[in-house]
Amino acid sequence: MSAEKGTVLTGSHFMLGDQACAEGAIYAGCRFFAGYPITPATEIAERMAERLPGIGGQYIQMEDEIGSIAAVLGASVAGARAMTATSGPGFSLMQENLGLGFMMEVPCVVVDVQRGGPSTGLPTSVGQQDMMQARFGSHGDYASIAYSPSSPQEAFDLTLEAFGSAERLRTPVLVMMDEVVGHMRERVVIPQEGQRTISSRRLPSVAPSEYRPYRVGEDLVPEMALAGGGFSVRMTGLTHDESGRAVTNPTAQAALLPRLLRKVLENRAVYERYEVRHVEDAEVLVVAYGITGRAAIGAVEMARAKGMRAGLFRPQTVWPFPGDALLRAARSARRIVVAEINMGQVALEVERLLAGKCSVVRVTSPGGTVISPERILEACGRAREVPARR
Amino acid sequence: MTPDTVDDGARPVEAERAPPRRHPLESVLRSDALPHIWCPGCGIGVALGAFLQGLERAGIPQEKRVIVSGIGCSSRVVYYAKTDAYHTTHGRAIPFATGVKLANPSLHVTVFAGDGDLFAIGGNHFIHAARRNMDLLVVCINNFNYGMTGGQAGPTTPHDARTTTTPNGNFEVPFNLPQLAAAVGAVYVARWTTLDVRRLRDCFAEAAVKQGFRFIEVLAPCPVSFGKNNDIGSGLDEMDYYRGLEHIWGSAGGLPAPVEWRGNGDLTGTDISLHRPIVVGKFVDRARPTFSDNYAAVIAKTRAEKKGA
Repeated sequence: MSAEKGTVLTGSHFMLGDQACAEGAIYAGCRFFAGYPITPATEIAERMAERLPGIGGQYIQMEDEIGSIAAVLGASVAGARAMTATSGPGFSLMQENLGLGFMMEVPCVVVDVQRGGPSTGLPTSVGQQDMMQARFGSHGDYASIAYSPSSPQEAFDLTLEAFGSAERLRTPVLVMMDEVVGHMRERVVIPQEGQRTISSRRLPSVAPSEYRPYRVGEDLVPEMALAGGGFSVRMTGLTHDESGRAVTNPTAQAALLPRLLRKVLENRAVYERYEVRHVEDAEVLVVAYGITGRAAIGAVEMARAKGMRAGLFRPQTVWPFPGDALLRAARSARRIVVAEINMGQVALEVERLLAGKCSVVRVTSPGGTVISPERILEACGRAREVPARR
Repeated sequence: MTPDTVDDGARPVEAERAPPRRHPLESVLRSDALPHIWCPGCGIGVALGAFLQGLERAGIPQEKRVIVSGIGCSSRVVYYAKTDAYHTTHGRAIPFATGVKLANPSLHVTVFAGDGDLFAIGGNHFIHAARRNMDLLVVCINNFNYGMTGGQAGPTTPHDARTTTTPNGNFEVPFNLPQLAAAVGAVYVARWTTLDVRRLRDCFAEAAVKQGFRFIEVLAPCPVSFGKNNDIGSGLDEMDYYRGLEHIWGSAGGLPAPVEWRGNGDLTGTDISLHRPIVVGKFVDRARPTFSDNYAAVIAKTRAEKKGA
């Protein structure tokens, strides 16, 4: 699988968020896509099916989402930058093998264009109800990285960055889109080929006889030998030691699991992204992401126009949540509004981070439509009436 | 027990001790992973040995060999074979292997797993990979039950056989794996038992150099679970059981009535039942374009059309 020159679509385009996501992946060097049709993520697969064959890439439609994520992991261990895209029901099916990706430390990108759930729910309309699943969906303890774009341009930018983070930290990375961003058509500006640099996984720096698949240095990220490289790589979903040998005892578990968590949590500079507006003097801080982050920008500007000192904290990486940045942004505000198209998921994390410091008002929605700026503005007004915590 | 200290029961006196014997497959085994986890009398090690010998015979370079497995006793082969080896999730070895093969077509990719893994939880992946003619060698160790979890019934457990979840006999009917593989498009289909070590080795060697979706079923004793529950006894007793019941497909020795050789792909009558004849051999050997052949053909056609337009 070799990339051909002139493969990146550059310039200014009017395109769907789903298409921008696919183009961001291609820009980042993604040359393997395995997927299964599902609304509202199908347009990502369609774009990849159209684009990849002509640029030395491989598209394959698998028999289900379990097969899709498994094929993505397999392609990655053989050296490809690989991606799959789905929505809630498919994301549920992928959870077990996502765990395998975290355990084996396989870089890849998984996109979830969220719709309303649970179950088949609202296939064609919006939800942000998979956010906790993105954090805790697979069994066992792990730390996931999840981006959340608010526009087609961000769908391009953050998918591109997701590949860099996945490669740099040798881990699956999630792009938690939503139906409105996925199906929204807007201008997307794509830089010239090579203008954005994307990290690559570190290959072994030692001879095969010296190579230990899970030996790590200071950054806690192991070097990755590829299939066919002559390293006799052994990778397993079982608890394993540095050599990749299955060792199923508490000592081996204690050496492995905390390192997997720390690898993500202690390398925040690699992936952490957020936008803040008007936080210096804010009395109310609005926290929102994805399409709701867009509504929150509107609400904050409307509040300011009315003389209400509202501020914005919009995490573009929702997991791990940018906690320190939130604490900084909330220094002036005593009251927080968290808006999201679910019954309160990321709000739980915000409440945990600000416990005892701020009052939190939730703006929730069972899904099916966006939360309007007016509703968020109204919540800001209500929040001002709530007694402050400190 | 490391390969060079295999205990054969002999106890030479100190003065006569011979130099340590080397395992004939030492160069392709990981000695750091031994001893293996398989039970006394288990057939999986025999199958692995035949597989590794077959690949040597076929001349597949060691650094090009990749084994992908799922979960279960048979899937543990990845720990003992010195190749690139991936121990994935239950039932998902075939799609993982699909990704490996497509990302680097120069690799020789084998899926090695058990009957429960490949045909219960992973059945959907099997039929679709065969339909696509994905260039994979799929080896199924069929021991007729879930060995690692202690001997429960599975999709290949013979009718009436006793397992821990069919204590009064299996009321379901099993898959006939070669018939299934042939029906969904495999280009090479064979079944042998671990009694047929040399035939199995030659079968692996032949299948290793063929293109497309190849399937080999290996019937293997599981004395501590399947054997014990079905009065077959030890691993050796199960080998005797095979010897008494085996008939080779298409051979001059003749097939048991009512089985008759009907040619490539028609495997009627080759089902496995308790204490009934077991038909082994090479059932299918044919050619058709692989998934990647077809993918490349469409790209070439599209380019030609664009040039012509």
